[in-house]
Amino acid sequence: MSVLEKINTDFATLFREGYSQLEQGCGAVMNGCRKEAFEKFVQLGGIPQKQEDYLYTDLLPVFNKDYRVVLKYIPQEVDMNETFRCAVTDLVTTPVLTVNGWWFDGNMVSEIPEEVVICSMREACIKYPDLLYKHYNRYAPAARKDGLVALNTAFAQDGIFVYVPDEVVLERPVQVINLLRANADLMGFQRNLVVVGKNARATVLVCDHTLSDHHFLMNNTTEVSLAQGAYLDYYQVQNQHLGASQVNSLFVSQQRKAVFDGNMVTLYGGLIRNNMYVALHEEGGECNLYGMYILDKNQVVDNFSYIDHIAPHCVSHEHFKGVMDDHSLANFSGYIRVRPDAQKTEAYQANNNLLLSEQARVNSKPQLMIDADDVKCSHGASVGQMDEEAMFYLRSRGIGPEEARMMLMFGFAHDIIRHVRLEPLRRKIDDLIDKRLRGELSKCYHCMMQCKKQE
Amino acid sequence: MDNIIEEVTASDYKYGFVTQVETETIARGLNEEVVRMISAKKNEPEWLLDFRLQAYRHWQTMKMPHWAQLDIPEINYQDIVYYAAPKQKEQKNWDDVDPELKATFDKLGIPLNEQMALSGVAVDAVMDSVSVKTTFKDTLAERGIIFCSFSEAVQHHPDLVRKYLGTVVPYRDNYFAALNSAVFSDGSFVYIPKGVRCPMELSTYFRINARNTGQFERTLIVAEDDAYVSYLEGCTAPQRDENQLHAAIVEIIIEKNAEVKYSTVQNWYPGDKEGKGGIYNFVTKRGLCRGENSKLIWAQVETGSAITWKYPSTILKGDGSVSEFYSVAVTNNYQQADTGTKMIHIGNNTRSRIVSKGISAGHSSNSYRGKVKVARNARNARNFSQCDSLLLGDKCGAHTFPYLEIENPTAQVEHEATTSKIGEDQIFYCNQRGISTEDAVGLIIKGYAGDVLNKMPMEFAVEAQKLLQISLEGSVG
Repeated sequence: MSVLEKINTDFATLFREGYSQLEQGCGAVMNGCRKEAFEKFVQLGGIPQKQEDYLYTDLLPVFNKDYRVVLKYIPQEVDMNETFRCAVTDLVTTPVLTVNGWWFDGNMVSEIPEEVVICSMREACIKYPDLLYKHYNRYAPAARKDGLVALNTAFAQDGIFVYVPDEVVLERPVQVINLLRANADLMGFQRNLVVVGKNARATVLVCDHTLSDHHFLMNNTTEVSLAQGAYLDYYQVQNQHLGASQVNSLFVSQQRKAVFDGNMVTLYGGLIRNNMYVALHEEGGECNLYGMYILDKNQVVDNFSYIDHIAPHCVSHEHFKGVMDDHSLANFSGYIRVRPDAQKTEAYQANNNLLLSEQARVNSKPQLMIDADDVKCSHGASVGQMDEEAMFYLRSRGIGPEEARMMLMFGFAHDIIRHVRLEPLRRKIDDLIDKRLRGELSKCYHCMMQCKKQE
Repeated sequence: MDNIIEEVTASDYKYGFVTQVETETIARGLNEEVVRMISAKKNEPEWLLDFRLQAYRHWQTMKMPHWAQLDIPEINYQDIVYYAAPKQKEQKNWDDVDPELKATFDKLGIPLNEQMALSGVAVDAVMDSVSVKTTFKDTLAERGIIFCSFSEAVQHHPDLVRKYLGTVVPYRDNYFAALNSAVFSDGSFVYIPKGVRCPMELSTYFRINARNTGQFERTLIVAEDDAYVSYLEGCTAPQRDENQLHAAIVEIIIEKNAEVKYSTVQNWYPGDKEGKGGIYNFVTKRGLCRGENSKLIWAQVETGSAITWKYPSTILKGDGSVSEFYSVAVTNNYQQADTGTKMIHIGNNTRSRIVSKGISAGHSSNSYRGKVKVARNARNARNFSQCDSLLLGDKCGAHTFPYLEIENPTAQVEHEATTSKIGEDQIFYCNQRGISTEDAVGLIIKGYAGDVLNKMPMEFAVEAQKLLQISLEGSVG
């Protein structure tokens, strides 16, 4: 039996034997999707292997480990000080924690407008079945060929549910802190749903952290629904240790004049795959997607995006930048799809990469699929080195070579970070990137535990 | 405005006639016997038959690829005639050539008579499975240049053919390469010896004539150290309701300081306005820049074929080698094209440049698919790609699929692509100055494709420009 077959068979066994446990404590909405999703996973050949959309990323080594899968919630002690690792000075947020993909039972959500809901998915299934029926697993099937999203739907039992009703402005950002902690290698599934009503506004900030040095593999799916005129500002900061891998799928569905701003910052992690699917269903939608990844050692980051212009008069901007050092590998693949009749579409996409070492690699696949004629679409990709002239400019003003290099790299990264609209957060990310580029940041950076260093 | 577009796109294919000439064909179908029969008809040596049989056996283990952005109807490979040759007497001189054939090539504007020909071009004319005539052979031979049909080369220069055949495109390369390697019939062979600059343009003209046949030609070009040649390729086919298959291989080997320019004007029958009929054009073209500072330029104008699947590629192996790719691909009505290039940088200080201009009209689908690969040890590689698409009509599609694979930090690779339609402001500007909308569109398209057309050899540039106009006649908006 090949490795792939073995992994797929293991999943089948787990699904069969653990099914009753999977259903426990979850509402009918989530349970109702499981079997079909698992069938789809099987039908798609299980873990994506040699597929066009996973062309340059080999998932097998990451999946081929002896992970534990926990099918029921185990109460965890979490030192609330941990959350301070993610604290952003001057930024007041509503923090919620998850542990290994499960809602942390010590979460206290306070000081939010009355009608707003922030709770666990399990709770939402029972308390708000109508909302869930309307939105749960309605957007994820957009990833038609991705077995991993189907796998998440089959196995996910918990996650975060955020609901902002019509006309409500949620001033305070919701800060989701995903913690990973275990005493064995662990695989987890998390499912989140964010529903923003008509003309409502919200900000969601997601931070990923690891608290113990085992191998982790998280398969997360987040669905976002934006009603007419809704606005969501979404940030994800990935800072895990090198043994923590992640498949992260984000699905955004936008109605008329809805605006989605997304920022993905990848600082540390093992293998990280970000899937971003944005569907612009009605006129006037706008999507801005920015990403920055800084890699070294054996890190692999694979950003995949699919922006689907279904309706006319929508705008999308996408810009991903990366710095690769050591043996790292960065893959970027971005589709812009303009459907027939989606006239007056404006779609721009760019991917720029800096290679710092002989062994670093980059694969870039910016793709346009245009089926309407009155559009303005462009994409660009580049791979290169530090600009000699810019270096010379700085050197001639008495700045040392190392410092000049740092300044240029920082400038390169800041081009993306400047799109962060929350000023305190922008300062914090700039600071993290500065430290990261100088090699001062590791996962142990201002961690209280001072456990033995990874890598 | 819509009317004008319609007019522009509605023009007819003027090479759609059939030549009434007695043709010798074999029965339909493909099996080992057929492969042996083709080889026997061409009186081929044992090693070539082995090559064909190996390819055929390998082909049987392969599956038709489906990754392209093409909707290819099922092809029944047993329903194709793999060998068809116009019957002709042993020809000693020009007068022996069948007058029907002469008339055909005259009608296509291909001069087979050396006295009548433009002085600058030597032609190898291929109809169905055989070469009809190669002109200026003797003039070229004086300088040591070999320019003849592939079958002739197998007879007269077997060592050269054996040395180079399958070295750039092995028969295991892909499905259509395997098929071609098994059943290829004719094509051109060019050998430019060391230090020779070919005094004229060499040209091959491919014509499909017989019904139900497939054309599988094979071209091999070898340029030794410091040699230079400019090679042109043209093709047409009769207008028929059924689809015909064309699967060719072009192999080019370029040694130190040598330069090859390969230009194509592809004008196979594209099918009618409802998308009925037309040629399936599945071609593997590849050049190997083996020597230092060698250079290969691809220039192509693609207007024909119902379905095009074609990626002229260059392997930049020699240090300092250079390759350029210029393409204009036009699709109209129900045509589909998935075309582009591959630039594989292996040597140090290699450079490549890609300029691709797609124009889609009607219900067509036009894709650019390209790969730029910089291998781990290729230092200072430089690539620039520009892939623009122009859409003329709201029912057509333009797709861009570039693949950038970079494994060396000293590489500088850039890719740019845009998709747009002709701006109303541009048309308005022209109208204002008394230029009719149709002319304005013609001008704009000419300007758009100018970068590529300027790279075509003189004789072709005129034809290509005309072709562009005809292909898009009435399709401007």
